Amino acid sequence: MNNIIVMPMIIPLLTGIVLVFLRPYIKIQRMLTFLALVATAGVSLYILNSIQANGILTLNFGGWLPPYGILFVADSFSVLLVLTTSIVSSIILLYAFSSIGEARENMFFYTFVLLLIAGVNGSFLTGDLFNLFVSFEVMLLASYVLITLGGRKIQLVESIKYVAINVLSSWFFLLGIAYLYGTIGTLNMAHLSERIAEVGQTPLLTVISLIFLLVFSLKSGLLLYFWLPGSYSAPPTAIAALFGALLTKVGIYAMFRMFTLVFYHEPSITHTLIGIMAVLTMIGGSIGAIAYKDIRQIISYNVIITVGFILVGLAISTEIAIQGSIYYLVHDMIIKALLFLLAGTMIYLTGSARIEDMSGLIRNYPLLGWLFFLSILSLAGIPPLSGFIGKLYIGQGAVEAGVYGLLVIAFLSSLFVLYSLLRIFMNTFWGETIISEDDETPLRKRLLLPVVLLGAATIVLGIGAEGISVYVSDAAHTLMNPTVYIDAVMQRNQ
Amino acid sequence: METLITILAGVLVTVAVYLLLSRSIIRIILGSAVLSHAVHLLLMVMGGLKTGSAPLLGENASSYTDALPQALILTAIVISFAVTAFLLVLAYRTYQETGTDDLQELRGFIDE
Repeated sequence: MNNIIVMPMIIPLLTGIVLVFLRPYIKIQRMLTFLALVATAGVSLYILNSIQANGILTLNFGGWLPPYGILFVADSFSVLLVLTTSIVSSIILLYAFSSIGEARENMFFYTFVLLLIAGVNGSFLTGDLFNLFVSFEVMLLASYVLITLGGRKIQLVESIKYVAINVLSSWFFLLGIAYLYGTIGTLNMAHLSERIAEVGQTPLLTVISLIFLLVFSLKSGLLLYFWLPGSYSAPPTAIAALFGALLTKVGIYAMFRMFTLVFYHEPSITHTLIGIMAVLTMIGGSIGAIAYKDIRQIISYNVIITVGFILVGLAISTEIAIQGSIYYLVHDMIIKALLFLLAGTMIYLTGSARIEDMSGLIRNYPLLGWLFFLSILSLAGIPPLSGFIGKLYIGQGAVEAGVYGLLVIAFLSSLFVLYSLLRIFMNTFWGETIISEDDETPLRKRLLLPVVLLGAATIVLGIGAEGISVYVSDAAHTLMNPTVYIDAVMQRNQ
Repeated sequence: METLITILAGVLVTVAVYLLLSRSIIRIILGSAVLSHAVHLLLMVMGGLKTGSAPLLGENASSYTDALPQALILTAIVISFAVTAFLLVLAYRTYQETGTDDLQELRGFIDE
């Protein structure tokens, strides 16, 4: 059996539980958390390579053969995301070590971060719809705690909306599961796909698929994003970075999985709707991104624009567009973490989140300024940085499929991303320096290190895109050919 | 019987939506609890109600009750219990900090 594929969920989960008992020993907690995440990254790298050699790996828990038991399925798409999650979250933790504060560390901060990551990894790896629901809940409960941890007024007020909207979307998820089980009689994703292919996607099933679309749109912030900017700008920097990098991506992943594996027979309804929602998301996000003067709000709206952009790939649904989406998904996890950390550092240094309160920071903190500039270039998709290749492939897919409307809107939204970030850059880093050298808050190296690491990651991912192209094209191939996935799960290897 | 329970689930959803749309946090929490009960009932109906035999699959069982929905409901109940408990604590802490449980007053709240 391939017991190793459960490790990306088990390692963080068990470490998290152990840390509960090590509450007074903060140094040990930090060390264990970091080690656990590095180990997860190592294991997922190993799994990724063994998928290339042996094909998709599956693990049937308790030896119950599919479709009866619960199972984990590791294909290139999910493991690629697990790997990125582990790397990005371990770098964010480096930032948390020196910024989150002892009060939070004492209140089981690391435990909840690890549980969050266990939930995220579980969602990526599971092959069972109900198990996906449970993993979502593990992730969400941890995120509820993290968003409120510290108990500042703004956190409490924002988190009520966040929790309420997620309770509602989890309810819809259960509703969808109930209807699907009632009609199809199974919850194993591969088995679902097979049975739907047999009976055809009846109108009833299409309606059920729209319930799932609603659920995952709420989770990923596709069109239904009204809760996102508020709740992502309330918690401390490190937590906001974790949320911005990981949480919406899980919703996007689930949407890709459901609409390429299970509900792919009626693209004229479902995929068109996804396309329309993606366009509206990009327009709404762009308006939000240029409307605010609070750095955190601007960046939160940038998260929303990206969700729309990635789902353009799903709406087009050709192999090249899906490849573009996967590249962009990986890139976006890194770059959003970087942006949130940069914004948090600027707020820490100046004591204000509004762009009119800052000026001429480039003279005080040159490296920070250049890193911000680098992340702008990467987000805008300037080669050789990591945003380029994803945009190129999505664009190419759109041209080949002849959907020029989507293409135009997607690239216009990139311009808005560029404009909204340049506005931050010009207002805060250019202009007259208002902080004298004596007054400036020293920028500690420990805060700068994770930001530099993420900046390096976007360069490496951009230049080394060739290196991951094997995995990405395999992932896109599996997504576009559901039989590959089904055969691996049902263990028909002929 | 299935129809009756489905209608009951519908009634519960109606009640829950009414509660969710009110301004008081505590009513919203109660609403979310009622809502989750409705979907649990629906899950049970979807598996088929009691058919008169145990959920055990022998080699020669002529009829059996589908056990999977019950396993799903059990998991879902535990999760909704945890979330409701968390929400109650959150509502209490928010009330302590802001002195109100009215969402209208919490709207557009700016931290100073």
